[in-house]
Amino acid sequence: MVLATNSDSEEHLHSTFASRYVRAVVPRFKMPDNSMPKDAAYQVISDELMLDGNPRLNLASFVTTWMEPECDKLIMDSVNKNYVDMDEYPVTTELQNRCVNMIANLFHSPVGEDEAAIGCGTVGSSEAIMLAGLAFKRKWQQRRRAQGLSTDKPNIVTGANVQVCWEKFARYFEVELKEVKLSEDYYVMDPAKAVEMVDENTICVAAILGSTLTGEFEDVKLLNDLLAEKNAETGWDTPIHVDAASGGFIAPFLYPDLEWDFRLPWVKSINVSGHKYGLVYAGVGWIIWRTKDDLPEDLVFHINYLGADQPTFTLNFSKGSSQIIAQYYQFIRLGFGGYKNIMENCMDNARRLKEGIEMTGKFNILSKDIGVPLVAFSLKDSSKHTVFEIAESLRKFGWIIPAYTMPADAQHIAVLRVVIREDFSRGLADRLITHIIQVLKEIEGLPSRVAHLAAAATVSGGEVKTAKMSLEDITKYWKRLVEHKRNIVC
Amino acid sequence: MVLSKTATESGENVCSTFGSRYVRTVLPKYEIGESSIPKDAAYQIIKDELMLDGNPRLNLASFVTTWMEPECDKLIMESINKNYVDMDEYPVTTELQNRCVNIIARLFNAPLNETETAVGVGTVGSSEAIMLAGLAFKRNWQNKRKAEGKPYDKPNIVTGANVQVCWEKFARYFEVELKEVKLSEGYYVMDPDKAAEMVDENTICVAAILGSTLNGEFEDVKRLNDLLVKKNEETGWNTPIHVDAASGGFIAPFIYPELEWDFRLPLVKSINVSGHKYGLVYAGIGWVVWRTSEDLPEELIFHINYLGADQPTFTLNFSKGSSQIIAQYYQLIRLGFEGYKNVMENCIENMVVLKEGIDKTERFNIVSKDVGVPVVAFSLKDHSFHNEFEISEMLRRFGWIVPAYTMPADAQHITVLRVVIREDFSRTLAERLVSDIVKVLHELDTLPSKISSKMGDGKEKKMEKEKLMEVIGGWRKFVKDKKKINGVC
Repeated sequence: MVLATNSDSEEHLHSTFASRYVRAVVPRFKMPDNSMPKDAAYQVISDELMLDGNPRLNLASFVTTWMEPECDKLIMDSVNKNYVDMDEYPVTTELQNRCVNMIANLFHSPVGEDEAAIGCGTVGSSEAIMLAGLAFKRKWQQRRRAQGLSTDKPNIVTGANVQVCWEKFARYFEVELKEVKLSEDYYVMDPAKAVEMVDENTICVAAILGSTLTGEFEDVKLLNDLLAEKNAETGWDTPIHVDAASGGFIAPFLYPDLEWDFRLPWVKSINVSGHKYGLVYAGVGWIIWRTKDDLPEDLVFHINYLGADQPTFTLNFSKGSSQIIAQYYQFIRLGFGGYKNIMENCMDNARRLKEGIEMTGKFNILSKDIGVPLVAFSLKDSSKHTVFEIAESLRKFGWIIPAYTMPADAQHIAVLRVVIREDFSRGLADRLITHIIQVLKEIEGLPSRVAHLAAAATVSGGEVKTAKMSLEDITKYWKRLVEHKRNIVC
Repeated sequence: MVLSKTATESGENVCSTFGSRYVRTVLPKYEIGESSIPKDAAYQIIKDELMLDGNPRLNLASFVTTWMEPECDKLIMESINKNYVDMDEYPVTTELQNRCVNIIARLFNAPLNETETAVGVGTVGSSEAIMLAGLAFKRNWQNKRKAEGKPYDKPNIVTGANVQVCWEKFARYFEVELKEVKLSEGYYVMDPDKAAEMVDENTICVAAILGSTLNGEFEDVKRLNDLLVKKNEETGWNTPIHVDAASGGFIAPFIYPELEWDFRLPLVKSINVSGHKYGLVYAGIGWVVWRTSEDLPEELIFHINYLGADQPTFTLNFSKGSSQIIAQYYQLIRLGFEGYKNVMENCIENMVVLKEGIDKTERFNIVSKDVGVPVVAFSLKDHSFHNEFEISEMLRRFGWIVPAYTMPADAQHITVLRVVIREDFSRTLAERLVSDIVKVLHELDTLPSKISSKMGDGKEKKMEKEKLMEVIGGWRKFVKDKKKINGVC
């Protein structure tokens, strides 16, 4: 028998927006004392999340934002499987091993037909790169110790265009990062300069297939040939790692003749993001080593499962199984032909966008035609308005397009970058072009922000500034603005 | 106009999955197939293979959450395509993470006032959390030693031998020596006195576990703190404590609020907890919280500019899904303090039911304690004919996955079966498990011992003593082979 008491007893009858839960302050710093009904909790959170950007309009990111409903179903079905329980979920473990083998084969790994490839699934390319770097560091240390030489100053040679995870690796694992600086019009690592920088303490040279900023492929073959020469002279045996986070699932399908992978003898490990052009949601990456020798045994932990030995070498332990299963789904669902079709579509749409942007006559295109499908462009004339303003204005239409400054020594160049993902159709490309044109018109009508600030500077403070001082102020303000906006994205 | 094709081709699209050719072909295992296959075929084939995985909810080996409310599943699916690291693009998701960090820090009594922001971060699990904490300790220690002009090339960390494998990983990958306090029969956690003794000038921190993997016990962090305070006064080394509260961090505050193990103890500088254990979220989320910003060296933090404001980040992983973070926030506000307390109390009650049921068989010793994480660890009283590994295998027939482990050094001769009581392990399931264990015991009693049957194979001619030696040797090898590195959580 339900006693009718105060109004609280009818709480459970209230529709969510009639209940008291939408009147209460959302807990921010402290756990609330009492529970709340699940529908209220769902609604409150869902409503706040409405104010996040729309993932599919997020043109800043390479990371996949759409998968087929069948795959969504598989993902939800396995969301409660802890990947690391290999004993309990042997099939999921087997699926990971199959993915590793498939990717190793895609990269022309020298393992035989029935041999298992050396590699593993990770949470992303960051973890993959740290594992690769650890392997190089350990191998280099072993070699140096055997020669009786010091092991306290390892370094790694890369371009200044590396993604932030290399800087993290360097800082956390105490390896010096020697960066080959960029220059205007040359936004990737110069192989000749890189090889010059190699010394006896270099644990590896890292080349990028698909530079974050312009999508370009670095010339890994040239690097390999130059390094082979240097290694023959010095005997240091410096290896190469290819960071193919974005390019690893583009090159094999669009540029199969481009030699960048294990076909080059000095390439000892490659990482690729499953969640970029591997076409899986965020949370999966892959690292493949050339042979067993390239992964020092003392870094591998052996776990006993089903009576057989399962070696593991990852930084993360418990994690979801969904993305691994999703990756396998994509491999068998699409096959080589399917991936090729998708990448060709992306390139087509990238070309269309590039042409549309070029036709406005206001932009320089920095991205190359060969590379990852993205369009990076900068304003021909930045004196009155900047790409940052354009990015802000485009947000009004819902587009999220980031603006960046290039790394050293090209910091004065600022670009807008649009990444073409699988789900960026031709229709969306045309609409984006229309909006860019609209934004340009609007901005031209506005007074220049830079000039506006100069005017403000001369009026405030009661001082009368000279023309030169105003110019200095403007330059300083501009520099600060540009520096602050240096974005680290993937 | 559709041209009419041959019978088999037009039939392709109409074939039901199991009538199509896709179930007749071998799935590619080592190479990506040449062509695409229909999505329903792909879905069905994978789903079918996965049927042979264990049932996550019957997996009693793991602490990791295997059930969440449908509303939360909905939130998870809705955010599956959000890359957490895009802070610029998803500011609300970032804010939710910050709220979780603050809520958890306060749950652990971090010395913060009402409006101060806590120092901490969401990770993929306790492994990443522990590596970050260890890195912070290592860097702080190095800076201190450099300032004193002393060598800093031999850092070490003091823990019990019962640590989870991620501490061994941390030690090996980040080049820190692991000094383990050995266990002994009947004492399966780290002895604070022995730990404090092992501390030297190169110790970057002492790691205590709240909720030992093997038997769920809480280590005496308070005692450790008091001993270390004394030692620090004498030596001036200022050795700090890290508490690995991977499983205990969401138990102790609700069931044992008087137990002092967290930031209430002055030497505790960082704590990690797994959101995906008793935080009641699916696999893929952990948390690490530091006492103050001084305990996290600035040079390890990367600064990303978002929305014009500075967002500091310090994680090993970069891109990852947002779902689990949102799910954790859902749980924290949906359940609140009383909700978590109710769930944990239920777990403890069901643990007691299971323990009493197992006790009543009179064949087992209970190795887990009453105070701790809701886990029942038990070993056979009599090993002469059968062992725990056989029991574990036979329970699989009923669908239960109950792991058997040997203890680490120096108690390797003890083997235990361990059942973890999670939120979704109801009383009914507990009673069913007990009756299945009783069934298994009956069956085993009727079977000849595996050991004595080995003896029977053509070895009658050997002498008594040799027979005995072989039995012991075979048994040793059997146990050694089955020794798993406890990489479970």
